[in-house]
Amino acid sequence: MTDVLDPPIHIEHHDGGHEEHHGATGILNWLTSTDHKVIGMSYTVTSVIMMVIGGAFAEIIRAQLATPNGSLVSLAQYNELFTMHGSVMIYLFAGPFAFGALANIIVPIQIGAPDMAFPRLNALSYWLYLTGSITMLSGFFVAGGAANFGWVAYAPLSNSLNTPGSGADLWIGGLLLTGFSAIFTGVNLCATIFYLRAPGMTMFRMPIFTWNMLVTAILILLAFPVLTAGLIMLYCDRHFGTHIFSVAGGGVPVLWQHIFWFWGHPEVYILALPFFGMVTEVIAVFSRKPVFGYKGMVFATLTIAALSLGVWAHHMFTTGVVLLPFFSIMSLLIAVPTGIKMFNWIGTMWKGQVWFSTAMLMSIGFLFTFLVGGLTGIYLASPPLDFFTHDTYFVVAHFHSIVMALVLGAMSGLYYWGPKITGYLLNERLGKAQFWFLFIGIQVFTFPIYLLGLYGMPRRVAVYPANPQWKALNDLSTLGAVLIGVSTVIFVVNIVVSWKKYPAGDNPWDAQTLEWFTTSPPPHHNFYRLPQIRSERPTWDHNHPEHRTLHHGEHDVDPQVPESEGEHV
Amino acid sequence: MPTPALPPQGAPDRSRRWRRVRRAAALPLAALVLSGCTVPGFGATPGDTTSSQSAYHLWQGFSIGAVIVGGITVGLMAWAVVRYRRRGDHIPVQHQYHLPLEVFYTVMPILIVFGLFAATLVVENKETSNPKTNVTINVNAFQWGWQFIYPGTNALVYGQTTQSPIMEMPVNTNVHVNLTSTDVIHGFYVHAFNFSRYALPGVVNQFTFRAQNTGTFFGQCTQLCGLYHSLMWFRVKVVPAAQYAQWISTFNNPADAAAAAAAIKTTNEELATGVASKASYTKFGR
Repeated sequence: MTDVLDPPIHIEHHDGGHEEHHGATGILNWLTSTDHKVIGMSYTVTSVIMMVIGGAFAEIIRAQLATPNGSLVSLAQYNELFTMHGSVMIYLFAGPFAFGALANIIVPIQIGAPDMAFPRLNALSYWLYLTGSITMLSGFFVAGGAANFGWVAYAPLSNSLNTPGSGADLWIGGLLLTGFSAIFTGVNLCATIFYLRAPGMTMFRMPIFTWNMLVTAILILLAFPVLTAGLIMLYCDRHFGTHIFSVAGGGVPVLWQHIFWFWGHPEVYILALPFFGMVTEVIAVFSRKPVFGYKGMVFATLTIAALSLGVWAHHMFTTGVVLLPFFSIMSLLIAVPTGIKMFNWIGTMWKGQVWFSTAMLMSIGFLFTFLVGGLTGIYLASPPLDFFTHDTYFVVAHFHSIVMALVLGAMSGLYYWGPKITGYLLNERLGKAQFWFLFIGIQVFTFPIYLLGLYGMPRRVAVYPANPQWKALNDLSTLGAVLIGVSTVIFVVNIVVSWKKYPAGDNPWDAQTLEWFTTSPPPHHNFYRLPQIRSERPTWDHNHPEHRTLHHGEHDVDPQVPESEGEHV
Repeated sequence: MPTPALPPQGAPDRSRRWRRVRRAAALPLAALVLSGCTVPGFGATPGDTTSSQSAYHLWQGFSIGAVIVGGITVGLMAWAVVRYRRRGDHIPVQHQYHLPLEVFYTVMPILIVFGLFAATLVVENKETSNPKTNVTINVNAFQWGWQFIYPGTNALVYGQTTQSPIMEMPVNTNVHVNLTSTDVIHGFYVHAFNFSRYALPGVVNQFTFRAQNTGTFFGQCTQLCGLYHSLMWFRVKVVPAAQYAQWISTFNNPADAAAAAAAIKTTNEELATGVASKASYTKFGR
């Protein structure tokens, strides 16, 4: 990597950049726009609404489980609720929020591009996503109710014999539409990142967030078509008389699990990597340091992606029909690159100036919660331990530690990048209140259910034996869910209270990457001028030319006396 | 203005901190030694079969590793957050790489992972081996209940949802279980045995229990199987061998023999539907 000391401001005029954008305004703008920022905002609003809907389902589920023989909902409604809770959160919130909302808004600006590579395809992605979401949720309004076979839709429970209702078909249709939306976004992100980088923005000068989005996009392209194919097979089984997943016609039920998890495990990283990227950016900015071990971080991300394609059957250890040692070692190995990331995050904070903004608090909360989820994941990679925790609340607790860490990451991203796209900051006091409710809520929600799983409570049950120990732990967990609910209310209140109140300015956080070089919100094609890009943090280099990145073994020099340039090129 | 970027000043400061660390570490260590090195269960229970106990020891091993690694990581995290909190507008030294450190925290986890994998293999091979057995039970899961067939005898137990059919088995004997399903996928889970396995339609899953204690243990379906999944319960009753033989003999009458034969015939027909060619399919025998 090269460093340029004391760089002259190199202004590049973007062709047409100074032109005012004379387009539609208001609702018509929203409907017709191909601007990545408008589409990204649509994604943000839609996916956050989905998070609130999925969260409401979760609150009902926890309320039902507060008593052993809960009668808030019926057995049938309960099955619909947890199915749609999982489906909404995974298919309609976490993924679209990551690669539809934040990536769409941030990646082009972060690499100095005027827009996504295929703006119309991008718009199509959003409309497919919105249509798919509505399709899936409309299951609640048809006879027989919404899909009720769990978000994994295991065959043969999901065939037309066992689940005859049209809610299941709407679920399949909705997932197909959002799946295509994800594939198109993946194509778009790959093309954008490969072809639209600004002059000087080499691959190894891309911020970690963009790197992670690139790897996510590649994983989407590898995994989602498999899901799409699987869903079409499932639909054929349901309606066209095929027997791909049913024993009666010579099919193999476990094949669905292979197809589903061949998508499903990369999907875990499709969900997680963008949030790793967000947290990386936030931690670096609020420690006022470069990302520690940047290249190691990139290779760790690539390694995670590669390994994630070979671990799907660790979801199937108890089927008795998979090769246990292979999937066990592959799954255990994922802990290595993930550990590298964890230590890189700590290394980034080390000897920094850690500023406890809301975004940073959310990221620190992410580190802890993700560590808990990661460590308990190592247990599950060991078949003998999986045998006695599989399909119990231990697994539920494990992946909720992970996904709630991602929610902390999402909030971190919203507080950090929100001002860039809206031009206004959120209230920090309310933000911190939100953080504490959310963080404590997550721990109070997950820790009891780790124990519940070890005490033998299976997942996806609406009622359970009247065991006082189980009830006490369930009650504690429900309390945690309430705290998380309160944090969401605080978040909504914060948006209302802070509405256009605290102007952000171009770079409120003294941030490092290119998106903070332009105005907040950015102009139509993002940049009027670009700085010299000589490292992965051009804005920092421009604002702090005397505080350049030091390599291992180098010592800080007196900032007043620049070293000779040749030494570092 | 404080300068957090500078390294800790001088030896006295460092030794004072070290003393504090030692004092803090001494207490839990002393407690551990005094308690006779009884390793805690970290939430899990040893269970009542030989393999449940191996799995439990594996759990303990993993937990000790997790506590150590997690403790170090949380400690480093807390140290970074507290020690390097913002104390002014000073810009810290912009270090980015420290190759030896990075290599260290790449290689260490790899070594730990292979250690965990080795331990896993030992327990896994023990648990999935099918030693010579004296007693075989064919378990058939269905929506929403269980059927336990004892081949070679007339014993047959059948029960739905909270009727909780009881799977009776002798203590200190290898009991071989053939598990399958006649409709959707179910999960055969006995908490006291630290074990679960899917009941898959078209596949017969085989495993062996060797219970070490008598008693009645709660079991439940763990894989979502439709409306009454929550209530698909059963019990496992481990009894002395003599009592087991006596229980089997209570079925020695023409009525029970006919019932068992009919049940096995129906089940085999259901199982055979379309799967006769599958190598994994084995018929329930008598």
